[in-house]
Amino acid sequence: MQRTVFRNRWLPYLLVFPQMAVTLVFFFWPAFKSLQLSLYRVSPFGDTMTFVGLDNFEKLLADPEYYRSVVNSFVFAGGVTVLAVGSSLLMAGLATQKIRGLTLYRTLLLWPYGIAPAVAGIIFLFIFHPTYGILPYFLSFVTSYEFNWLLKGWVAMTLVIVATAWTHLGYNIAFYVAGLLAIPGSVLEAADVDGAGPLRRFAAIVFPLVSPITFYLVTLNMVFAFFESFGVIDAVTKGGPGEATTIMVFKLYKDGFIGLNLGSSGAQSTILMALVIGLTMLQFRYAERKVTYR
Amino acid sequence: MPSPMMLRSAVWAGALLVVLALAPAPALAKTEIQFWHAMTGQLNDATNELVKQFNDSQSEYEVKPLRKGTYPETLTAAIAAYRQHQAPHIVQVFEVGTQTMLLSGAVNPVYQLMKEQEIAVEWKDFIAPVVGYYSKDGNLYSMPFNSSTPILYYNKDAFQKAGLDPSKPPQTWKQVEEYSKKVIASGASKCGFSTGWPSWTMVENMHAWHDQPFATKRNGFDGLDAQLLINKEFGVMHLTKLTEWQKGNIYSYGGRQGTADPKFVNGECAMYIQSSALIGGFTRGVKFAWGTGQLPFWGPPYTKATSIIGGATLWVMKGKPANENRGTAKFLKFLSEPTQQMWWHVTTGYLAISNTAVKNLEAGYHFKKFPDQYTAFAELTKGKATANSQGIRLGNFVQIRDVIEGEMENIFAGKKTPKQGLDDAVAKSNEILKEFAAANKQ
Repeated sequence: MQRTVFRNRWLPYLLVFPQMAVTLVFFFWPAFKSLQLSLYRVSPFGDTMTFVGLDNFEKLLADPEYYRSVVNSFVFAGGVTVLAVGSSLLMAGLATQKIRGLTLYRTLLLWPYGIAPAVAGIIFLFIFHPTYGILPYFLSFVTSYEFNWLLKGWVAMTLVIVATAWTHLGYNIAFYVAGLLAIPGSVLEAADVDGAGPLRRFAAIVFPLVSPITFYLVTLNMVFAFFESFGVIDAVTKGGPGEATTIMVFKLYKDGFIGLNLGSSGAQSTILMALVIGLTMLQFRYAERKVTYR
Repeated sequence: MPSPMMLRSAVWAGALLVVLALAPAPALAKTEIQFWHAMTGQLNDATNELVKQFNDSQSEYEVKPLRKGTYPETLTAAIAAYRQHQAPHIVQVFEVGTQTMLLSGAVNPVYQLMKEQEIAVEWKDFIAPVVGYYSKDGNLYSMPFNSSTPILYYNKDAFQKAGLDPSKPPQTWKQVEEYSKKVIASGASKCGFSTGWPSWTMVENMHAWHDQPFATKRNGFDGLDAQLLINKEFGVMHLTKLTEWQKGNIYSYGGRQGTADPKFVNGECAMYIQSSALIGGFTRGVKFAWGTGQLPFWGPPYTKATSIIGGATLWVMKGKPANENRGTAKFLKFLSEPTQQMWWHVTTGYLAISNTAVKNLEAGYHFKKFPDQYTAFAELTKGKATANSQGIRLGNFVQIRDVIEGEMENIFAGKKTPKQGLDDAVAKSNEILKEFAAANKQ
């Protein structure tokens, strides 16, 4: 690797300063604050703060509802990641075929990424809402089964997973298209000549070659699903029915901002942060070994 | 020699100076009163209009209304601002936030503000169930702004088609069941009835309406160590019935808040229990003939009390200079006048809160012309006011309502029996109350 040599000693620090400042102000400072909050019991208006040690954590760990939100989070993040990464690889594969109107397709496929999660949620609401959605209306002609996710938890969970995966699709496809286009045609042709079918070619050549991208996307989608999916849940299910779609990030919002229980909310965000850091480290430690970088 | 460019900019600069010099100096800076609220759509327009009426009525103060999002968002924003010493003068808080505000130590109680400013308000003239909800030791702490109570809406066309008398809404739950069956059998609607704000209409109000306690300690008015009582005989009976009625679509659950509104509006359900504040919207948006009735009643052995209110009030934040407080007080006084109360009621459908305003509306044949507008007043004032119907005062009530609605969904989905679900709701809510009491220990 080439070392860049700066003539001015201070220039490199100056160059990384903006990024460091942003990270400090918008990441480390809030993270520190929530860590601090998690050790206190705070009155809603913040005028009395009582140090309670690990009380907030103990209460959480004794609360079956909290475990349910953890399980929900894993189901949700797992579902979103598999669906978003899997289907985007498939679509990227299709979008790299030699077909007419290719650039148009590729452009259209990127669009969902430009839609804010909350807006995506509203769109799904108008399509799927049991009371005023268009799809349940049509489904009622075909089947008498009621997909009423206001009462059926699994339907609600499926819906928010699909909605969230959809918002990630464009981003993932962009990466995969680039990755697929970078695979040298000669390699695939050689395999073709050797008699490998499309599936074999995909398994033996394409998949390993895009594995760094898959690794990156899986990590990123998972982190997104844990942290940033708040908008979709808030717009579509508000965590219901019952607690069926209350994932960790939604519960901490609910307890902190609606319930005004800032101590518990701080403890929850601390746990969530630790969990995601841990998962990411695990992925880097184990999954990355299977990744072939060129 | 200056270039034409420079010349032109010099001319512009000169012109600008002249304009600035000629612009009328602001006569006397008006004192600004910040008013944060959560009213949307038509209600937002009405709120702005009301504020404009006040601003036009005098020249000393200018109230600046600002919509801060939903009720919880507005409250959270006000709290954040308070912590930064940037609180608005007035903030609108929904009824479930009352206990939080009362104990916050961040507010200037309305009765005290008026006393300080020596502005006389005829407190006695206010409707009792409304004032009671927001008073402590007989003193009003926040100014009622938008108050409503749940009522029954019914589809007259569907009733007609089913051979029912369209001028007679059901009065008992038995009739609701019977009418629902008739309406469904005749094909007039697909479902009998639905509900908005499930906890508010079906649990909180049903307990008050049937004179049943919602919580110990006089529904929480007498102390922070209250516990819920909704898992007793009455609550379980009512929820059991609702659950049974889901079969055959007599009752159809339509989600929290107002998400079930379309079920009534598009004719799917013939009856609907929802806030009286929807009268305005339904008058404009509903295509068929409809009417209103009081909440259905279970009959003996229960006795009928009154319904309870929902909505929001205006809280005055403390720590503002005296001259600004004076503006705030004048604005609140303006809002409490019969003229404004009547205008607000007729425009939005929210309740007028003074007896004088109600009498004036009666005298003006308003209720003769719009009998549906009277239903809510009748529910709140004609029944027997008891300790169970004065309202509910619980800490973290927002969360408790959320817990109750979550368990209602579990019950309706068949995941838990009504007794089990309500037991769980009570256990969880009591935990929340304990937490609140601990955080607010004086």
